[in-house]
Amino acid sequence: MIEVRDLTKRYPGRTAVNGLSFTVDRGEVVGFLGPNGAGKSTTMRILSCFMPATSGTARVAGFDVFHEPDEVRRRIGYMPENNPLHLDMRVREYLKFRARLKGLGWGRSRERVDTVLQQCGLVDVERRIIGQLSKGYRQRVGLADALVHDPDLIILDEPTIGLDPHQIRAVRALIKGLGKRYTVLLSTHILSEVEMTCSRVLILHEGRILAADRTEDLERRLSLDSQVVAEIAATEASLTEAFRDHPEIERLEISAIDGDFRRVALTPRNGFDLRPVVFEQATAHGWTLRELTRSRRSLEDIFVHLTRKGNRTRN
Amino acid sequence: MRVFLTLVRRELGSYFKSFSGYVVVAAVLLLNGFSLVDLIERVRDHSVPTPVTELLFQTYYFWLVILLTSPVITMRAFAAEKSSGTYEALMTTPVGDWQVVLAKFAGTLGFYALAWLPLVGVLLALRQITGVAALFDPPIIASTFLGVLLIGSLFMALGCLASALTRSEIIAAMVTFLWGIGLWMAGYRPESSSLVPAWAQPALEQISMTRHMEDFARGLLVGRHLVFYVTATAMLLFLTQRVVQARRWK
Repeated sequence: MIEVRDLTKRYPGRTAVNGLSFTVDRGEVVGFLGPNGAGKSTTMRILSCFMPATSGTARVAGFDVFHEPDEVRRRIGYMPENNPLHLDMRVREYLKFRARLKGLGWGRSRERVDTVLQQCGLVDVERRIIGQLSKGYRQRVGLADALVHDPDLIILDEPTIGLDPHQIRAVRALIKGLGKRYTVLLSTHILSEVEMTCSRVLILHEGRILAADRTEDLERRLSLDSQVVAEIAATEASLTEAFRDHPEIERLEISAIDGDFRRVALTPRNGFDLRPVVFEQATAHGWTLRELTRSRRSLEDIFVHLTRKGNRTRN
Repeated sequence: MRVFLTLVRRELGSYFKSFSGYVVVAAVLLLNGFSLVDLIERVRDHSVPTPVTELLFQTYYFWLVILLTSPVITMRAFAAEKSSGTYEALMTTPVGDWQVVLAKFAGTLGFYALAWLPLVGVLLALRQITGVAALFDPPIIASTFLGVLLIGSLFMALGCLASALTRSEIIAAMVTFLWGIGLWMAGYRPESSSLVPAWAQPALEQISMTRHMEDFARGLLVGRHLVFYVTATAMLLFLTQRVVQARRWK
C-alpha cells in the first residue's frame, strides 16, 4: 500500500527526514512512534502530497506521490496534526462539504456522510456547530472526514493528542475498528497507544528508522532478560537450596519483607520463563506463594534504550 | 466544476457565519449613506443636470469604500486557512490549485458585489425623492456597476495574492491596503502632482482609476479600460496560483 524509498526532506538548516525506507501492506495498522521533531509529521505530509520530498520516492497504492498526486489524494484519508476543522460549520454540513471536495456526487456524499456519522458516533451532534463541540467529538469529526470518501489508506497524525483518558479510549477503539477494513498509518509519541492499536511499529528518531518490527515481536525481544519476582513464605536457606542449582537461573537475589515472606528475584538465562519453575518449587515444598510476576519491558523502555544508544554512537 | 461551486459556496457562506461579513456590509451601507446625503446637496447645487452616478464617484466615500473594504474582504482568503491549519486539509483533497485560487477569488468578488447591491436601492430612493428620472438612466447605472465590479475584481485579486503570501491576516490586510492605495494614488490626477515627472504622466493617466470611473459613470465603455482591468486581474490571479503551487516546488 505504501512504499517509501530513501525519502529525504531538508528544510533550510535542518534535515527532517533522512533516507527513510519502509513499506506498509494492505490491511496493516502501522504506528509511527517517535518524539516531537522525529520526522513523523513531515513524512505524513509528503505521503499526503501536501509537500514534496527533497529526494527519494514514495508510492501510495502504486501511484507516485509527486507525479500523480491527484490519484494518491483520492485514495488517502488524511487527518493533519491538531485536526484542523472549519469551526463555524455544522458537523453534517462540514462532512458533506468535505465529501464533495473529495469528488463524491450528491447522492453518494449523502449516503457516505450518513455512514460515517454512524460509524464515528456523531449522529447525536450532526446539527451542532463544530466550534461548540468538545475536543473528543471534534476528533471524531476529523476521523469521519478522513473516512468519508471511503479511501484505501488512512493517515492519522497524532489522533489522540490533547484528549482526556476517556476520550482517548473512545478514539483508540474507533481506530482499532478501522483496522479491519482499511490500511492505517498513525503517528504518536504515546507508546502504549501503539501497543494497543497497531500490529506493527516503526520507531523514528531524528528522521531515521531506529527499529521496525511487529509490536509483539519487539516486546518479546526486549522481555528476554526480564526478571521473575516471587513472594514466598520460606526461610532464606531453603529458598537458596531450591533455586541455586537450576540451570536456567543466572542470578538469584533474596530479600526479607514483612513476616515470614521473602522476596525472590530470579534472572533467567537465555530468556527462559522461570514462573513455572517457581510454582513447582513452591508446591513441592508446600510454601505459601502470594505473588508471582514477570517484569515485562514496555515500549517505553525500548524507546529510551534505542534512542540512548543512537545518541551515544552519534556523540 | 462541481468542486469549484462547492468551494465558492463555502467561501461566500463563511462571511455570513462570522460577524465580519455583516460588519463589512454595514460599513459599506454607512459610507454609501453619507454619500447619499452629499449627493442630495450636490444635485441641488448643480444648475446643469448631471447624471447622479457621475456625481457619486466624485465623492471620496466611493473610494473609501473600495480601499477600506478590499483588505477586510480578502485578508482571510488564504491567510486564515493557513494559520488555522485547514489549508493543509484543503490541499490534501483532490482539488486543483487553480480551482482553489479561482474559488477564493469568486467568493471575495461575490461578497464584494453583494455589499454594493444596496446602492441600487439608494439610487432608486434618490429618484423617488428628486423626481427627475432623466438623471437615473438605466444603461448608465449598468455601466457604473460594471465599473464598480471591474475595479473590485482588480482589488480582490490584489488581496488574494497578498493573502496567499502570508499566514497572518493582519499582514495580508495591510499589504492589500498599501498596494491598493499606492495604485490608486499613482493614477490620482497625475497632471496636478509635483512628484510625477512629465514623461511618466501619460502612462499614469492610463491606469488612473478615477479617470476610468468617470468614464464608466458617464456610460462610456472604453475598450482600453476593460482590457486593463481584465488583464491586470488575470495576471494577479496567475501570480496567486504560482504562490499556491510554490509549496510543491522541489
